[in-house]
Amino acid sequence: MVETQTKPKRLLLARFLRNKTAVVGLIIIVTLIVIALIGPWLSPFAYNDVDRQAYLKPPSWQHPMGTTQSGRDMWALTLHGLRKSLVIGLVVAILSTSIAAIVGAFAAYYGGWFERFSLWIIDLLLVIPSFLLIALVASNSAGSASGGASSWWLLVLLLTLFGWMLSARVVRSLTLSVKQNEYITAARYMGLSGPKIIVRHILPNIASLLIIDATLNVSGAILAETSLAYFGFGVQPPDTSLGTLLGDGARQLSSFPWLFAGPATIIVLLILSVNAVGDGLRDAFDPGSKASGKG
Amino acid sequence: MGAYLLKRFLNYAILLVVATNLSWLLAVTQLNPRSLYEISNPPIDPISIENNLRSRNLSDQVPLSERWFTWSSSIILDWNWGQSPRGGNVGEEIDRRIWVSVRLITLGSLLGAGLGVLIGTWSARRQYGLSDRTFTFLALLGLSIPSFVIANLLQVAATHINDITGTRFFEFVGETGAHGTWLGAQWLDRLQHLLLPTIALTILGAAFFSRIQRNVMLDSLHAGFVRTARAKGLTRSQAINRHALRVSLIPTSTYFAFSIATLFVGAAFMEIIFSFHGMGEYAVQTIQGHDVHGAVATAAFGGLCVLTGALLADFMVAWLDPRVRSASTSHSG
Repeated sequence: MVETQTKPKRLLLARFLRNKTAVVGLIIIVTLIVIALIGPWLSPFAYNDVDRQAYLKPPSWQHPMGTTQSGRDMWALTLHGLRKSLVIGLVVAILSTSIAAIVGAFAAYYGGWFERFSLWIIDLLLVIPSFLLIALVASNSAGSASGGASSWWLLVLLLTLFGWMLSARVVRSLTLSVKQNEYITAARYMGLSGPKIIVRHILPNIASLLIIDATLNVSGAILAETSLAYFGFGVQPPDTSLGTLLGDGARQLSSFPWLFAGPATIIVLLILSVNAVGDGLRDAFDPGSKASGKG
Repeated sequence: MGAYLLKRFLNYAILLVVATNLSWLLAVTQLNPRSLYEISNPPIDPISIENNLRSRNLSDQVPLSERWFTWSSSIILDWNWGQSPRGGNVGEEIDRRIWVSVRLITLGSLLGAGLGVLIGTWSARRQYGLSDRTFTFLALLGLSIPSFVIANLLQVAATHINDITGTRFFEFVGETGAHGTWLGAQWLDRLQHLLLPTIALTILGAAFFSRIQRNVMLDSLHAGFVRTARAKGLTRSQAINRHALRVSLIPTSTYFAFSIATLFVGAAFMEIIFSFHGMGEYAVQTIQGHDVHGAVATAAFGGLCVLTGALLADFMVAWLDPRVRSASTSHSG
């Protein structure tokens, strides 16, 4: 019994390890997470410290990645931004994949008016240009005094609100086919309630999709925050994210490249690794679909 | 088929109306056009501020329902989408900007999709070969770089090349610039200005579409009809070009229909970086400038693009795919 249970997992691991890009990606992600966690001890400066002797200085021994216009250390800022971007990516991914799983599975399992209503809401949210509306709300909170500490939570909520619909559709169509299986009928005849059947029998059966989806949502959320930040609608100062740093750096790229180079390298490494791991997971879970694109 | 498309169309129309009204509600509550007047120096008389705002239906002292009625009735009756806080008709502005966006996007998106299909097909035929792995990695890289980073890096590279060669071959400010008077000079000038954003859009499009085309092509390469074609005596290339490739273009072209729609707002980075005054730039400006009516009209335009794309995709599947075409009587969506 134990043997048959461990085998699929081992096979999964073997398939994942065969994909060199994904393995390298995983190593990079773990390294970046560790760096982000121990960040405050890796730099003599805090991200909001101001060095009055060094305004807009290129990289030196004291400031390995240079300083900003206001004398803040780029290395410390990048570490802090990485931490914030990771948190935003992870929280948005977990929340939106959870919503997608619950809405998609319940809609498909119960059908009827609830399914029609959910699909209509999904269509509506897809029609609304999410980027514009997130920018609308984020720009308002950025202008108000309550910005800073609370604003990134608002950003997480907005990104989640507009981030779950496509996955929910996929979950729904998968649930529709899982629902046909005999063990679901058996569970129902044994008197198990709908929500219990969904949680115990349906969701575990589409877990592979959910894991892949959550992984790709991490990179999607980080990229979305980066795009918003470029226009000043992202995480607000004095707090910072990789996106905010990149947005500021991009404007002065030709004169002060060090404001851009560090955050750009880190974010590309991070997104590339997350996407590579997502691809690797997909190949491992479902070697039949030689797929490597989510569409 | 017609009834099915009509039903889809009606559903989309209702969605668009609801989405536009929601956008209006959000814009009215989140943006504050009054603040534009209040920060002015010397200060403006509060009564004249109020009059100014009221004349444009932007005053927050008028009840919400009344403002909504004014806003929606002027759209329904006169197709007038309102005025920006500083004056200026939103509709006229958008009419002009749409074509700027069209000029910016067309070439890049077509090249991107075309190149993507070529690369995807090439990769799928050599699955797990060196060129396939290289292209797969490059596509992954292309999708992992924020688009404004690509655009900014291109700009820096172009500046360097201009400096080294001492020419102004790469132009990256606006749509047009100084040019000669000889025949075609104007067109060459426009093309020079389009070059960098087109390269950026092509990279992004090729990365996206090569992944889709590769997946779809892999599926159709192993399909029964390709084996049948081989069995009839076609060579591998013939079977692939005449059968596998054609079928694989159906899903890819539906993705293309979708992507064109989102590109209008998505190209905001290119517009701002390369100073094209199109829709994407307008979207950002209206939000930064507390322009309620402008923001709502842009959101409505974005929604319209998504729906057009979705409808176009529905239509393309029905039109291109003989399997759907012949099964149209039993097709219910």
